Amino acid sequence: MAIHSRTLRIFGKHWMKPLTLIALLLPGAWIFGNWALMLAYLPHEMGFNPVEYTHRFLGDTAIRVLLVTLLVTPVRDITGWAPIILIRRRIGMAAFFYAALHILAYLWLDKMWSLAALWEDVLLRQYITFGMASFALLIPLALTSTNTAIRKLGRQTWQRIHYLIYPLAILAVLHHYFMVKGFQIEPLVHGGILAVLLLWRVVKWVGPVFTKKSATA
Amino acid sequence: MKFTRNPRYQDLRNEVADEHAFFNRRQALRAAGVATAGIALTTGVACSEPQQGGPTGTSAGSAHPKPGAGIEASPTKWKVSDDTTPEDAVTGYCNFYEFGTQKTDPPRYADAMTVSPWSIAVTGMTDAPGTYTVNDLVDYDALEERIYRHRCVEAWSMVVPWVGVPLAGIIDKLKPTAEAKYVEFETYLNKDEMRGVRYPVIDWPYIEGLRLDEARNELSFMAVGVFGKAMPKQNGAPLRTVVPWKYGFKGCKSIVRISFTDKEPRTAWNKANANEYGFYSNVNPNVDHPRWSQASERIIGGRGFNPRRETDMFNGYEAQVAHLYEGMDLTKNF
Ligand code: HEM
Repeated sequence: MAIHSRTLRIFGKHWMKPLTLIALLLPGAWIFGNWALMLAYLPHEMGFNPVEYTHRFLGDTAIRVLLVTLLVTPVRDITGWAPIILIRRRIGMAAFFYAALHILAYLWLDKMWSLAALWEDVLLRQYITFGMASFALLIPLALTSTNTAIRKLGRQTWQRIHYLIYPLAILAVLHHYFMVKGFQIEPLVHGGILAVLLLWRVVKWVGPVFTKKSATA
Repeated sequence: MKFTRNPRYQDLRNEVADEHAFFNRRQALRAAGVATAGIALTTGVACSEPQQGGPTGTSAGSAHPKPGAGIEASPTKWKVSDDTTPEDAVTGYCNFYEFGTQKTDPPRYADAMTVSPWSIAVTGMTDAPGTYTVNDLVDYDALEERIYRHRCVEAWSMVVPWVGVPLAGIIDKLKPTAEAKYVEFETYLNKDEMRGVRYPVIDWPYIEGLRLDEARNELSFMAVGVFGKAMPKQNGAPLRTVVPWKYGFKGCKSIVRISFTDKEPRTAWNKANANEYGFYSNVNPNVDHPRWSQASERIIGGRGFNPRRETDMFNGYEAQVAHLYEGMDLTKNF
């Protein structure tokens, strides 16, 4: 046991955590770099509608990082590689930061920092209603993701709060789905991946109930 | 003798509805061309020399310029005071969902589309049904350049120097009957050449339409080029409509059929989502799209970051078109 936790610490401290951090920072570096190039009147990769590109890039990054967060547990269950759980919290935090950047970009570039105008959109426009609902649920998860918070809340309460990730991920997919024009494949791909990840939990939780029943029968 | 629609053509069109048979429009047009050519000759209907569509059918009359070839056009009074959008933005940022839903898909994939020879079937309530070449409809010696603002329903805009002829002249040439109230346009559809139609983004083929008085308005334009060159494929080669007081999607690209009817056409986006895309779709800053505001627009092009501009009623063409909608509630008829 002692050896095990020591291994965990070594994994955690020495390579996985910083590596994950770098990977999680890459999309941010990409968008900031491109904005810097654009503002310096240099060629950039954001095409002819950099604002739309920014919204889509940050939105996609937020939802994909969120899906990766949800992938951590199944990967651990399948591979039995426990240390991977050490990076779950920081991936989740990155999803929160990208979602926050996504909303700030919208508030800045499209709403001229008017919170009233943003709120009007939340009330009026279905896809933004879903986006805001999703983000609203992300906030308590981010706030309770410090070591102190986890210690104070206790593992169980913390776990219970963090079940919010399931509905908020669904809301984020709905946000994407209701945004696009016509029938498009991208939100369905995100939705499909999410469905598989959620189904994994359902099978994991409900499965044992059935096996127990059949065992007693 | 009165012609409505070529019955053979109708049969072929019905096949489109059959999900198993995404058919090759080229073949349909060839068949329609042959059939109508026969009718036209035997009855002496005065349509311009009917042409056999299809990749092998060539005739002197069908030699419209290749995409990108230089074409001459005379300047007109139609100019927007703002800077013209850079050419690479106009040809590099396109909505042409037949090639994919990303703005960069059409420039990347439209090259696969065959645009020469080309034929346009004219059907419905007309005294001049038949199959026409681009040159039959468009007089390349009388091209005009019109610099219009192009306002997309997605709340962005460009300033585009189109080259073409007034749509009114084409409508006159095609002799709609007295009962005809609307004109319907259809975009080319070919699953081998258009990778985007593999997905049911909308109910293909793309259909657009106008009230006849709208189509005859002095602003309505049949464009065959842009920036002094024959139309690039991604912008709707070889010919497309431009209706500058309406959202961009009201323009129909790569037109293969023009029909006259007395019923409001079931347009593609209206069928896909009637709450969001009305038949009229006039640019109107006071009527929002359910999912976003239409009060302002992003300006496309330039290398820096452009501030948004306030959207103008009828995209700035109120003086020319407001009378078309007198007495209509534009909130209901959006
Ligand atoms: C108040 C909250 C939010 C607002 C105002 C907002 C706004 C937007 C806007 C303006 C777009 C682009 C629309 C366009 O290009 O026309 C967008 C797209 C998107 N957003 Fe959000 N969003 C919010 C929350 C979220 C959250 C919490 C997530 C994910 C965790 C998210 C994920 C996405 C995704 C995946 C897209 C689509 C990107 C694409 O098309 O490639 N959004 N959002």
